[in-house]
Amino acid sequence: MSAAKNNGTRGNGRWEVVIGLEVHTQLATQSKIFSGASTAYGAAPNTQACLVDLGYPGVLPVLNEQVVRMATKFGLAVNATVARRSIFARKNYFYPDLPKGYQISQYELPIVEHGELLIEDQSGNDKRIGITRAHLEEDAGKSIHEGLDRSSGIDLNRAGTPLLEIVSEPDLRSAKEAVAYMRKIHSIVRYLDISDGNMQEGSFRCDANVSVRLRGQEELGTRTELKNLNSFRFVEKAINFEIERQIEVLEDGGEVTQETRLYDSDKDETRSMRSKEEANDYRYFPDPDLLPIEIDEAFIDAVRNTLPELPDAKRQRFVSDYGVKAEDAGILTASRSLADYFEASSKFSDVKPQLVANWIIGDLSAALNKAGLDIRESRIAPEQLGGLLNRVVDNTISGKIAKEVFDAMWMGEGSADDIIESRGLKQITDTSAIEVVIDKVIEANPRQVADYKSGKDKLIGYFVGQVMKETMGKANPAVVNEILKQKLSE
Amino acid sequence: MELHAQTLTDLQAGLERGDFSSVEITQALLDRIAKFDTDLNAFITVTSERALAAAKRADEVRSSGDNGVLCGLPIVHKDIFCTRDVTTTCGSRMLENFVSPYDATVVERFADAGAVVLGKTNMDEFAMGSSNETSFFGPVKNPWNLECSPGGSSGGSATAVAARLAPAATGTDTGGSIRQPAALTNTIGIKPTYGRVSRYGMIAFASSLDQAGVITRSAADAALLLGVMAGFDSRDSTSIDHPVPDYVAGLNGSLDGLRVGIVRQHFDEGLDAACADAVRESLGVLEAQGATLSEVDLPNLDYCVPTYYVVAPAECSSNLSRFDGVRFGHRAADPKDLLDLYCRSRGEGFGAEVKRRIMTGTYVLSAGYYDAYYLKAQKVRQLICQDFKRAFADVDVIAGPTTPTPAFKLGDKTDDPITMYLNDIYTIGANLAGLPAMSVPCGIIDGLPIGLHMVGPHWAEETLLCTAHQFARQTDWHMRSPEAYR
Repeated sequence: MSAAKNNGTRGNGRWEVVIGLEVHTQLATQSKIFSGASTAYGAAPNTQACLVDLGYPGVLPVLNEQVVRMATKFGLAVNATVARRSIFARKNYFYPDLPKGYQISQYELPIVEHGELLIEDQSGNDKRIGITRAHLEEDAGKSIHEGLDRSSGIDLNRAGTPLLEIVSEPDLRSAKEAVAYMRKIHSIVRYLDISDGNMQEGSFRCDANVSVRLRGQEELGTRTELKNLNSFRFVEKAINFEIERQIEVLEDGGEVTQETRLYDSDKDETRSMRSKEEANDYRYFPDPDLLPIEIDEAFIDAVRNTLPELPDAKRQRFVSDYGVKAEDAGILTASRSLADYFEASSKFSDVKPQLVANWIIGDLSAALNKAGLDIRESRIAPEQLGGLLNRVVDNTISGKIAKEVFDAMWMGEGSADDIIESRGLKQITDTSAIEVVIDKVIEANPRQVADYKSGKDKLIGYFVGQVMKETMGKANPAVVNEILKQKLSE
Repeated sequence: MELHAQTLTDLQAGLERGDFSSVEITQALLDRIAKFDTDLNAFITVTSERALAAAKRADEVRSSGDNGVLCGLPIVHKDIFCTRDVTTTCGSRMLENFVSPYDATVVERFADAGAVVLGKTNMDEFAMGSSNETSFFGPVKNPWNLECSPGGSSGGSATAVAARLAPAATGTDTGGSIRQPAALTNTIGIKPTYGRVSRYGMIAFASSLDQAGVITRSAADAALLLGVMAGFDSRDSTSIDHPVPDYVAGLNGSLDGLRVGIVRQHFDEGLDAACADAVRESLGVLEAQGATLSEVDLPNLDYCVPTYYVVAPAECSSNLSRFDGVRFGHRAADPKDLLDLYCRSRGEGFGAEVKRRIMTGTYVLSAGYYDAYYLKAQKVRQLICQDFKRAFADVDVIAGPTTPTPAFKLGDKTDDPITMYLNDIYTIGANLAGLPAMSVPCGIIDGLPIGLHMVGPHWAEETLLCTAHQFARQTDWHMRSPEAYR
């Protein structure tokens, strides 16, 4: 498939990309959508599947009310219509990991319709992406082929796990936009606390419908559906591969086949899974075992009252109330726990919130990434970080020493004040003490002094460095600078 | 009176008086089953040991005074109700060796009330049939004439009760499967309001139509059993939380002023003339007790059968998908791949009628046909519901024949599914509209019994049972039994 990659010369600019995403979010309920079995991840195969999940003869589904609440929450968060009456339908097909031979889903009359959210487009402007619908359904089990000799295993622990499938309008115009949209949905469901969004465990995954058309053309091109993209990176790579492939086909005078394609992350390519002709006729019809979901105003109001501040509102507030740069506010509010951490750290410090933001986005995020930890598992508490920054701003320590203190805090040595005290890191601001060191440095470097005086201004850095070295980094750099300049110009 | 000839109510009184023990009743009936069932084939499984043990326990409990309402009373279950430890076959090769890991709610409620289960009765495969000939375990014979069908799908239950092998049996009714066999065997059959009895553990045929009920030899027995079965079950989302009245206490109401509706089309062509006369005579019996007769119109009556044969197969095609040879039930030997496993497991496990309905149902739900068939049928179903609603503004009960003819010969209709389907022409409407309905013995034509069919508005079981009880006090049809089985 290397041919698809030499695209640069072939006039990509003529083509417009059209993408719609179907995001499958596992709802964070204790028990399954239609049974009392646990939804916990990672149990031994088939230990968390009760008779209802196994599709035994005579058993019947009973709706878990939690999922209705969660779907309603999502609907309100994306400014959608929450249906006062929605119905479950059966999607019929045979597969060994689908115990009943049908999946209970919603078809006509889904619980959420006509929503929207904002993403940032390539030029940094807000772009509205429509959400066609979001519907409730049960997940299937898993087929296991590896490690079994000439046979396949079925694990039905996942069967009956509640999913909210969120379907976007075909409003996305690039793989980057698709990722931005997916990240936004990810952020919203986690803010709402309706999903853990764990992509490794498959709680958050998506299918992408991709097509291309000539710019200016009204009619949509033939689309392909890319299945089971379970990371942001794969979404981007798979879509980009697919765009190039489709353009290649069309430029060579061919036609795109409507089909389902699977992304192979090892080979970084998509390949055909089944064509439209092979596609199942799912024979959807209303599930006679379940009553329609009926929701009244009081229920919706009660759910509305539980809605937290959402990422967009929080981002705006961080800019207006804290004066944080818009881009940083976006990063901080991508996850609710990161935003909470920022607010808590700011509360514990008297420094400019932007400085707090810099430390969180910089050193703290780097440390977390390195340790593979989530912000909620940070080894440095917000009050510790706030305390550290207070000591920077009141000149007790320099920014450079602050990094040493930060590392010590990460290793569990206590508060900034304790570490500064025990390690003797207090910054030297006493000018007479600094002057003594400066005089010593000037005396030791006559050649550099001469060069400086003859115009090599940049050497000031060299002198500062020497002074800092002598003071083990504890001299206040601003004071050092000032005295140095003064003395060198004498 | 001999034990086997007594009704549940009689037996209950006898047990209370200490005239006999539950073990004696149970043994007597097991002996009869052993004697007659080789010919009748009413049972798929007879649970002799378990029954005797349960009867013994019941006798012990009774002497301690702490006994349930059915303590020590024998019943049989249609083999569609899941029972722990005993096979539940649903009349199919597919489930020939299937043992359910749980008890159906109905089974549980009878067990809790102290009933003794003698066995599980034969039925049309997955309850699809009106003659009991689609059973993998062979047809059931009608005790009134062994060459005749007892009707279906609850034919085993009806025959067991009619032949005095058991005083009462559970059944299920999707289009007439309790009432039609009751009519053809001179027993009483009641199908309650949809949602009255839990469907949990009752193997689904057509979920929106299926309802459990009973077949007995007296209205009082039906009232007694319905009181035990009925009531809300949180495991069935379509079960309705509606109070359960004391059905037995309601039996002694008066028919004075009861408004009985008659549907003119019921007496049009298609109804056997002798049947028509017997039904008219029965209506006269009601009138003589103070009931008033008037004509009601059900304009969409003709569409009941076609509507049913779209809706029921559609639901069945989906409900039966779980029988795929993967987790339970029949599995083809040495499948060469997944498709082969599916095709042969289902091909071997299901009989012809079940396959016919799965195919019909798959067809009517297919893309391109859904609107013309399934959706249209759902709309007609709404019209049929409205027809009944309108009619019940003026009458309390709609009465007519249960079947167009008495029992037909085994093998007579097996080649012609349409004629077979038309046997349910009078009963299907109640299922489509979710209404309670009953069949009561009302005549014998050339040695074969027929039934009077009564439908009431939602939750009118009390009215139906009372009417049946009062009707039976003026007639002796329900007392008649087939000569060889007295």
